[in-house]
Amino acid sequence: MTTTPSRFVAVWRKLPIVHQVRQSVGLQRGMLVAGLILTGIFLLTALFAPLLAPYGFSQLRDEEGSFGAQVPPGGQHILGTTVGGYDVLSRVIWGSRTALLVIVVAVALSIFAGVLLGLVSGYLGSWIDRVLVVISDAVYAFPTLLLAIVAAIAISGGQSSFWGGVFAAAVSITVVYIPQYFRVIRAETVRIKSEAYVESAKVIGSSTPRIMFRHVFRNATRTLPLIFTLNSSEAILTLAGLGFLGFGIEPSAAAEWGYDLNKSISDVTSGIWWTSLFPGLAIVLVVLGITLVGESLNDLADPRLRTRRRADQSAPALETAPISTLDLNDDIDSIDPLEARS
Amino acid sequence: MSQSAPAVINPAQSEPPTRRFRGITNPLARFLIVRFLLIFPTVFILVTMVFLLMRSIGDPITAALGDRLTAAQLAERISAAGYDRPLVVQYFEYLGQVFTGNFGTAITDGRPVSELLVTYGSATLELAFYAVLVALVVGIPLGMVAAYYRDKWPDAVLRVAAILAYATPVFFAGLLLKLVFAVWLKVLPVAGRASTRTELQLTTLDNKSGIYLIDAFRLGSPAAIGDVLSHAVLPGLALGLLTAGIFLRLVRTNVIGSLSMDYVDAARSRGVSEYRLVRKHAYKPALIPIITVIGLQIALLLGGAVLTETTFEWKGLGFKLVEYLGARDFVAVQGIVVLLAVIVALTNFIVDIIAAIIDPRVRY
Repeated sequence: MTTTPSRFVAVWRKLPIVHQVRQSVGLQRGMLVAGLILTGIFLLTALFAPLLAPYGFSQLRDEEGSFGAQVPPGGQHILGTTVGGYDVLSRVIWGSRTALLVIVVAVALSIFAGVLLGLVSGYLGSWIDRVLVVISDAVYAFPTLLLAIVAAIAISGGQSSFWGGVFAAAVSITVVYIPQYFRVIRAETVRIKSEAYVESAKVIGSSTPRIMFRHVFRNATRTLPLIFTLNSSEAILTLAGLGFLGFGIEPSAAAEWGYDLNKSISDVTSGIWWTSLFPGLAIVLVVLGITLVGESLNDLADPRLRTRRRADQSAPALETAPISTLDLNDDIDSIDPLEARS
Repeated sequence: MSQSAPAVINPAQSEPPTRRFRGITNPLARFLIVRFLLIFPTVFILVTMVFLLMRSIGDPITAALGDRLTAAQLAERISAAGYDRPLVVQYFEYLGQVFTGNFGTAITDGRPVSELLVTYGSATLELAFYAVLVALVVGIPLGMVAAYYRDKWPDAVLRVAAILAYATPVFFAGLLLKLVFAVWLKVLPVAGRASTRTELQLTTLDNKSGIYLIDAFRLGSPAAIGDVLSHAVLPGLALGLLTAGIFLRLVRTNVIGSLSMDYVDAARSRGVSEYRLVRKHAYKPALIPIITVIGLQIALLLGGAVLTETTFEWKGLGFKLVEYLGARDFVAVQGIVVLLAVIVALTNFIVDIIAAIIDPRVRY
């Protein structure tokens, strides 16, 4: 480690994910890399769905005629066809696109609302803060799926278009996740509010919005990438749950894994396995990938959970030192992805 | 707040006992009162949210029967049910009803929602019981094993298994279990709570509890008990394994935390066996956060129960909820959701009280 790395290498090593991969060792690195690979496959599939899928998601026939229902895997339909006569492989591939869009919209909306409310509530305090905290606690304690169902009923009245369906599902999920972002940002804001630099800013006469959005915002949002990762896996499960209960997106508007699983309940009883196995596996692998990434990042950010490099490996001090993007103060709870789930 | 209980024991983090109120009143009693009063805003907020969301699409009668009745008939039913009055009036009337335990009447079959609780709630309770049993038996010992072998291969395997349990939607796990054990191996029943014959025997029993296992025991027929249990295996496993993954992680994190405490080292130096170290010294203090979080899992369990019941045609509250959803009977849906909100709020209250009795640091 005597040669100085070139500037490119130095910048490369500081990139968020790259840094964490280098920081990790052994099992933790294995989990992180496995998660990154699964997530990468998911993103690529979602992006290139039109090229990868042999048929359209709502296609029932091609020039050779109708596909036929419940055709076993093999031949023209590598993974068979569903009870409705759709091609299973195509539905699985197109489903990744739906899942990606829904989680991006849902998480973006909940971050926007949650962060804004958290900042205002935490920084301004007073009765607004108390009311918001009680509301978010009430929502937080409630089964997320049930709330998402109620929201879906309210929102999805007659949404049959693709974007209508995606937005309805995303907003239903948003309602559930706003409290989570709100809680984290509020807690951080309350802590940062008493920091010296905020007081200094007050002394030199900065306006309240300026302090809130310049000083507090930048420091309070450092844990967001982490929660973002953890929440997107939850969002996929909620979307699948909604679809499974019949409150997802219409099959003609988009392919959705939960919907396909619901339609396969009766198939299972008669021994038809391909209609449930493949969409189910798709959900499991995507959630697994994202959770492994989130989980590893969380462990790496928490010095109590991070596996240390062995001393004899003589790692340079800079790398073992926690220079992650996250706050390392002990007073921050490690975020447990599974604990929050419901 | 119950939710802010730290997952890892960290003495610096827990609040010191409030000394200010010593002498004024018993701190435990004060905590009980404050915590009890907190139930009301919680339930009130959820009731309000659900009410507003459900009414934002229009009146429930048009939603449920709009395609079957003529406009005149609809208008008549709407005014008879009072849905043509201002929303504020309906809202306060509804609040009053909920407060007196009246959760509304289903439009499609005219049954009061509170009656559904008695009929179908026991089924959900039974399912939840099996699931918690599976979760405890699987999750806690494995969590201790993972903590003891931290960062070695047993830990790696168990952690990946726990994440897998979390990543698998409960209905997919259910479908797979059903496919393998009920359809291919034919060792367990496909769906339902009991076979038709047993169900008939159980429902004709005098003052039945609705919990099939208890009823089967009172019936005293080994065949009925076996039948009920065999129906419970797959749903119990599907829902239980999901929760077991969470218990495993929770026990692991907390036992790791307490294993690094000085008194554990002290005990080890006195020659206490490694098994005893994990089982007694590290596990016992880790129990408090575990109890708190296990209590919070009731919300998860209820959400999972809705999906599990649909997968296995287990006729509980969740199954009924989905039926009403399909029929667009939103009065019944609203009633069941509010009912569940009350159950969740009450459970959280009880859990907080237990935690406060065990650990004085929790009181505030």
